[in-house]
Amino acid sequence: MEIAFYLAGFIAVLSTLGMILSRNPVHGLLYMIVSLLSVAMIFFTVGAAFAGALEMIVYAGAILVLFVFVMMMLNLGDTVMQIEKTWLQPRTWILPSLLSVLLLSQLVAVLWRNHLPAVGHVVSAKQVGIALYGPYILAVELASLILLAALVVAFHLGQKDEVRESIAQ
Amino acid sequence: MLILIAILKALVILISVVLGAAILVFVERRLLALWQDRHGPNRVGPFGLFQLPADMLKMIFKEDWTPPFVDKIIFWLAPAIAMSALLISFAVIPITPTLGVIDLNVGVLFFLAMGGLAVYAVMFAGWSSNNKYALLGGLRSAAQTLSYEVFMGLSLMGVVAVTGSFSLRDIVIAQKDVWFIVPQFLGFIIFFIAGVALTHRTPFDAPEAEQELAAGYHTEYSGLKFGMFMVGEYVAMVVVSAMLVVLFLGGWQGLSWLPNFLNPPPIIWFMAKMAFCIMIFILLRGALPRPRYSDVMIAGWKVLLPLSLLNLLITGAVILYV
Repeated sequence: MEIAFYLAGFIAVLSTLGMILSRNPVHGLLYMIVSLLSVAMIFFTVGAAFAGALEMIVYAGAILVLFVFVMMMLNLGDTVMQIEKTWLQPRTWILPSLLSVLLLSQLVAVLWRNHLPAVGHVVSAKQVGIALYGPYILAVELASLILLAALVVAFHLGQKDEVRESIAQ
Repeated sequence: MLILIAILKALVILISVVLGAAILVFVERRLLALWQDRHGPNRVGPFGLFQLPADMLKMIFKEDWTPPFVDKIIFWLAPAIAMSALLISFAVIPITPTLGVIDLNVGVLFFLAMGGLAVYAVMFAGWSSNNKYALLGGLRSAAQTLSYEVFMGLSLMGVVAVTGSFSLRDIVIAQKDVWFIVPQFLGFIIFFIAGVALTHRTPFDAPEAEQELAAGYHTEYSGLKFGMFMVGEYVAMVVVSAMLVVLFLGGWQGLSWLPNFLNPPPIIWFMAKMAFCIMIFILLRGALPRPRYSDVMIAGWKVLLPLSLLNLLITGAVILYV
């Protein structure tokens, strides 16, 4: 299991790097899908199979489909790659990478001191549900409120505005 | 030794699924012909049985041409996803009490995840081909997927709630007395519609509507890559049928009220139910026209999603108060 964990982690890091560095937006999304799948694999190896499956269904299976959908709708082609080339100057990525190195060193320091185990106990879907609707009920309700707000906004934007149209005429 | 047997079992299942899917190409043509009062392919060999090997040979030895304007990596990746995504999810399906590759405790979710990944085959094929017909096919597929995936997952949750487990083996065992098609009839209908949409078959084959889009997302594919898309579609059909059998038609379980001598072994039950589901799929193709894909989306979001939520609500209420 530990080999699978480290392998998945390695792939996750590599594919995330690939996502940031690739100039072609669809290739970037492909790297992102691989990265999400490898994170799901990490969840599987540490015993959180439910979280891993949800990661695959929700992120890799639905949200990224939407991203690719938008990329296909826009179908930007070579112009974007030219723009991306001008974006990735050393000047722009030095500060973000310094900040990331800071975060990484912090993470390494924490892991060094505590020796967190790579393999935990198996968490079933039932336990996740009980935790979500027990101590974390407020977070669930807040998240659903945000989703409801997004839904209302999307509905409003998608609606045909008959009043405005009649005024325009 | 145990590991060897397990690997052997998995290999046998894998090969029989792929071969079965390939044979379905022929079976579908013959059955459609039968239902439409035609002969179908009946010239090559006895009953036209050699039609399939002939077609396969043709496909294998045809030039596999990659057009110069495509995005090569993604163009090559797409048929591999088409073939493998749903093939992998057959691993969680329990065929008989002793036969099956793995008994995953999140089996249902695994199937949904793989079904969600399968759409990338069509989208990537459509995008990488650099062809407007292919792109339109990919777009339609993405729009369709976003609308059916939600209610497909929700329609299964009734079954999961009644069983109390995501494991497909537990779900089959829970249907010992009555198959879930009876208490979860609404869920069955919704999942069936979603399953047809997942396989991109008529009436949900807008991504490859040949009248409007040439061949849709696989317009630029030839040779074995096209063959992989084609077999992938039949693999999807086999997997969705197997899921229907496992989730709603009692899996390997027979009818308990039948006398013993009329009850064949579990594997026969499973195969017979699966064959029945596949026939329904084929009959649908022969019977139904194709709606516009915006209509598919409207039906998905405004009719089937509320219905699947209602199904879940009623199931939950019944579990709580009975």
